[in-house]
Amino acid sequence: MRKIMVCVKRVIDYNVRVRVKPDGTGVVTDGVKMSINPFDEIALEEALRIRERGEATEVLAVSIGPDDAQQQLRTALAMGADRAILVKQEGILDPLVVAQAFLALVKKEDVGLVLLGKQAIDDDAAQTGPMLAALWDRPQATAASKLEVRGDTLVVTREVDAGLETNEIDLPGVVSVDLRLNEPRYVKLPDIMKAKKKPLDVTDLAALGVSAEEHVRILGWQPPSQRQKGVMVKDAAELVAALKQKGLV
Amino acid sequence: MNKVLIVAEHAGGRLNPSTPKCVTCALGIPDAQITVLVLADDGGAVAAEAAAIEGVARVLLVDNPANAHPLAAVLAPQVAALAGDASHVMGPSTTFGRDLMPRVAALLRSPQLSDVMQVEAANRFRRPVYAGNAVVTVEVPAGRQVVCTVRVASFAAAGAAGSPAPVETATPAVALPGHTRFVSVSAASGDRPDLQTAARVVSGGRALGSAEKFGMIYRLADKLGAAVGASRAAVDAGYAPNELQVGQTGKIIAPGLYVAVGISGAIQHVTGIKDAQTIVAINKDPEAPIFEIADYGLVGDLFTILPELEALL
Repeated sequence: MRKIMVCVKRVIDYNVRVRVKPDGTGVVTDGVKMSINPFDEIALEEALRIRERGEATEVLAVSIGPDDAQQQLRTALAMGADRAILVKQEGILDPLVVAQAFLALVKKEDVGLVLLGKQAIDDDAAQTGPMLAALWDRPQATAASKLEVRGDTLVVTREVDAGLETNEIDLPGVVSVDLRLNEPRYVKLPDIMKAKKKPLDVTDLAALGVSAEEHVRILGWQPPSQRQKGVMVKDAAELVAALKQKGLV
Repeated sequence: MNKVLIVAEHAGGRLNPSTPKCVTCALGIPDAQITVLVLADDGGAVAAEAAAIEGVARVLLVDNPANAHPLAAVLAPQVAALAGDASHVMGPSTTFGRDLMPRVAALLRSPQLSDVMQVEAANRFRRPVYAGNAVVTVEVPAGRQVVCTVRVASFAAAGAAGSPAPVETATPAVALPGHTRFVSVSAASGDRPDLQTAARVVSGGRALGSAEKFGMIYRLADKLGAAVGASRAAVDAGYAPNELQVGQTGKIIAPGLYVAVGISGAIQHVTGIKDAQTIVAINKDPEAPIFEIADYGLVGDLFTILPELEALL
């Protein structure tokens, strides 16, 4: 396999406590730390390991989002990606549009394997990977926790509700990754300096022949309903008595 | 009329309990006519179960040896071929539905709404984002076909029908790919209740300290007839297998009784349990955030409390 494409999304950092704006128009983003979607970071780490084992020759990091997403692509380059492409587009994007944009890049770049997170931690949609695979008419393996390259096929272990499922897919294909696939490496300062010299191209949807159609409109944002704090009991006997009284045990 | 096509989840000749929950969600769509689609290699029994759900107008059964295992790449073209005139195409937001439905949506060139938690109108829904820290109201253009995955924890299961709906067989004329092959799946966890649909769940966290001591959770669960869950920290530490993980990145559940043992209550865990009717928390740290959402809190050493509970139950 020649080339692995890794999709990275710029999201609010997973350590930030996300809050809905009082006017219900979105979530608070002013002065909030932004990062690579953690699942995408795991996908990138896996791509780098595959390349380091000599099973791929190039790792291409791609993103679709605002101009500032160049920061996340620079981080991807510092981690070890060879090249990056940003598809510049403002606003919240429908996964169907994102998948079409990635499909255009896959074809243009003659990609052998696409790796990305099983979901982004902002919209939690978990759609882009399977949508890209469908539009490409190629295999998909979602929520991967183990990945083995065997020539032109890939043996993928997936986290499913029943436990672990193993599938074999022919390349090219799309794999979305789960938490336990690997632990991403830390970026070292010299790598950050080196990343500044690596190529980062910027394009847009029009250049890729994709229309930024709005399929789903967000009408409003609300904070989630809160549970009321209950009572404290002093010991196991009091707990069992309370549960018995409510008919719960 | 809104024609709703629900893709049934099943395994081992049994319908998954997520399907009757999808039916309840579909019944929230005005003037819904519900068809349940069963894709199987020998799905007669599953189709009969689906036909017995109240609110189901029709069951469509596709028997094909290629459907022996639920591979999205194989199932999606069949769903898409049969979804032509459906206004809504639904599946559960389980690993089955999360794998399959976006592939279906892309083949249909229809938008998808993931984790639908409430139906407000035929084209307006509510869904959680940011790990449940926000809820958005979303709308697709009126008359546009929409694909949904249903957040099963948000809906009760539909009941039993007085008389079963008709079962029709179908043979979608589509070529099925051979590029994706099933190899194996780890064995199901025996006769313990299913975590996702159990009425009672006992979960253990990192405080258990080892896989061996995590056995105490299984003992209490057996005493209560409960399913076993685990926090992400406990799974990461190797105390429990990954399929027991409860939380935003694991299973989202809504049991009648949830007992959290030695779990601090990180937001991503709380997101997975906040629809439980009653939450019990046992933790040695009185400041643990889990107590903020628990109906009954007990501060103390779990290694003392669990044997006491076992003796009392």
